[in-house]
Amino acid sequence: MSPLLEVHDLHVEIPVPHGHLHAVRGVSLTVDAGESIGVVGESGSGKSITLRALLGLLPQPAQVTKGSIVLDGVDVTGLPERRRTKVLTDAMSMIFQDSLTALNPVMRVGDQIAEVPRRRLGMSKSAAHARAVELMDQVGIPEPERRFRAYPHQLSGGMRQRVCIAIALSAEPRLILADEPTTALDVTIQAQVLEVIDRLRRDRRLGVILVSHDLAVISQTCSRIYVMYAGRVIESGRIGDLLALARHPYTFALLRAVPDPDLPVHRLLTIPGQPPDLAAVPAGCSFAPRCAFAEPGCYEVDPALTPVPDDPDHASACIRVETAPQWLDWTPADVLDLVEKT
Amino acid sequence: MTVISVPGSATDTVVPTTRRRRKHNVLLIVGLTLFGLLVLAAILAPVLASHDPIQQDLANARLAPGSPGHLLGTDELGRDIYSRLLYGARIDLRVGVLAVVSPFIIGTVLGLVSGWFGGWLDTVIMRIVDVVVAFPFFVLVIALVFALGAGTGSIYVAITMVGWVAYCRIVRGEVLVAKEQEYALAARASGLPTWRILFRHLLPNVVLQAVIYSMSDIVLTILAIVTLGYLGLGVPPPTPDWGSMIQDGQQFLLTQWYLATIPGIAVVITGLALALIADGLVDRFDRR
Repeated sequence: MSPLLEVHDLHVEIPVPHGHLHAVRGVSLTVDAGESIGVVGESGSGKSITLRALLGLLPQPAQVTKGSIVLDGVDVTGLPERRRTKVLTDAMSMIFQDSLTALNPVMRVGDQIAEVPRRRLGMSKSAAHARAVELMDQVGIPEPERRFRAYPHQLSGGMRQRVCIAIALSAEPRLILADEPTTALDVTIQAQVLEVIDRLRRDRRLGVILVSHDLAVISQTCSRIYVMYAGRVIESGRIGDLLALARHPYTFALLRAVPDPDLPVHRLLTIPGQPPDLAAVPAGCSFAPRCAFAEPGCYEVDPALTPVPDDPDHASACIRVETAPQWLDWTPADVLDLVEKT
Repeated sequence: MTVISVPGSATDTVVPTTRRRRKHNVLLIVGLTLFGLLVLAAILAPVLASHDPIQQDLANARLAPGSPGHLLGTDELGRDIYSRLLYGARIDLRVGVLAVVSPFIIGTVLGLVSGWFGGWLDTVIMRIVDVVVAFPFFVLVIALVFALGAGTGSIYVAITMVGWVAYCRIVRGEVLVAKEQEYALAARASGLPTWRILFRHLLPNVVLQAVIYSMSDIVLTILAIVTLGYLGLGVPPPTPDWGSMIQDGQQFLLTQWYLATIPGIAVVITGLALALIADGLVDRFDRR
């Protein structure tokens, strides 16, 4: 059986005054029905642009320049734009980071949830109303009948994000794209919202792509993870393998940067330097200038994402992937030494 | 041990904040009341007027306000100023409001389309706007009325052809901001038809600035009618309107100053009422 969604070698470019900004450089990912995958990376690594490209909603003047999107085994890339957008928006819904701006401020939340059932699925007014109330109940909004008539600014952040999830579900999608859905929420509400998404995934066999810069959020909900850096996936694999046995120095550094509450840490471990300018990507591995383990060869070839020797589901784009397991023996102090030497 | 009761649990979040907004909205209430009275006066002119507004009485010309039988006095032809003021309101308010409705609709729709679709459509519409804006407002209106012939019909057409650009620019600017908001993106992501996104989601969010501008535009339009009247291109005599009353009265400014001042005050009150409504609308609806 073919996966729900397959993306092959997706490239997105944004024309800028001097050439092109290569925002996404060959991203491939797959999602099965009922599966939740995570995409992590720092700001500007191309996570959100990738999601928007999937829905055909790239900001002007960004363009998909290469790659294919395969939905249920059918390649939709070649379809005419109108038709493709329809196929994609029929199958997928998106949840945004800031629920206050993602909701229309001058429309009652219930009407916003009922809109797609009424306008696109052709329900009667009362059926759409009933459907909206049912959806509000499913995402855990208490007293849905009463809150139907509320405006977005009258609800709390957690309730608003639940409304956004209800709107996403109203189109009866098979895949949910969640762009940092919990970043604007505090930690307890964050857990509740993630729980709602996870329950819906199990009940409806929804595919979920969860984009976040927070490894903790991803590890709570996703079974597989893609780590993005400078517009590329640099490591992917099952969540447990990747957290325990990172095979790319960037993932390794990311994990090191998560403060461990049990250790008497004196210093927050950060990754020195900045991501490369995507309008002029230097040759070689784009992480090499910031990498504590870089060697001369790293500045010459940009390694492709290849499976690691002993695990076909785990892939890394690093030329030193063979020796990577030894990194685990290094203590933070060793890494600090390396950082100071470079 | 004391038990602290928390008034307002989590379920109280739905209590509308509109009540608080309304309490403070004195501006809107005063503005609407004032404007309502003006409209009422215009509608009830035949009942309220003490004389026929075009009936001349040269024996009683230029009577001071407060003269027996003539509340606000008479003009140089002995016509009752109070009655002319009421009948003038009918013409000026009607032309003022109507001549704002069509530029408002045309400008708003073109601004929505221009801002949303961008590209060549935007370029074409904005170049037309530039051409219209390049001429001073009155020069273009006067030229158009002159070409079409004097009268209220020509005034509507001329003001529509010139006035829509302001609305188009305002709405386009608002759309450019709003279309990058996530709710616009969310509406597109849910696959709704474009016309529905434009008119159901974007329009209510961008139209406020245009509505506020239209309030001052009504005053501008009344002033335009006054100016056109002054140039003999306005409402033909002897139909009373505030503009021609001011024009007729200005020659007696040193002796009977009230002839030009009384209709002038009427224009000012109308402007004040509309400005108060505009400010009140901002307080009431603008969430930024």
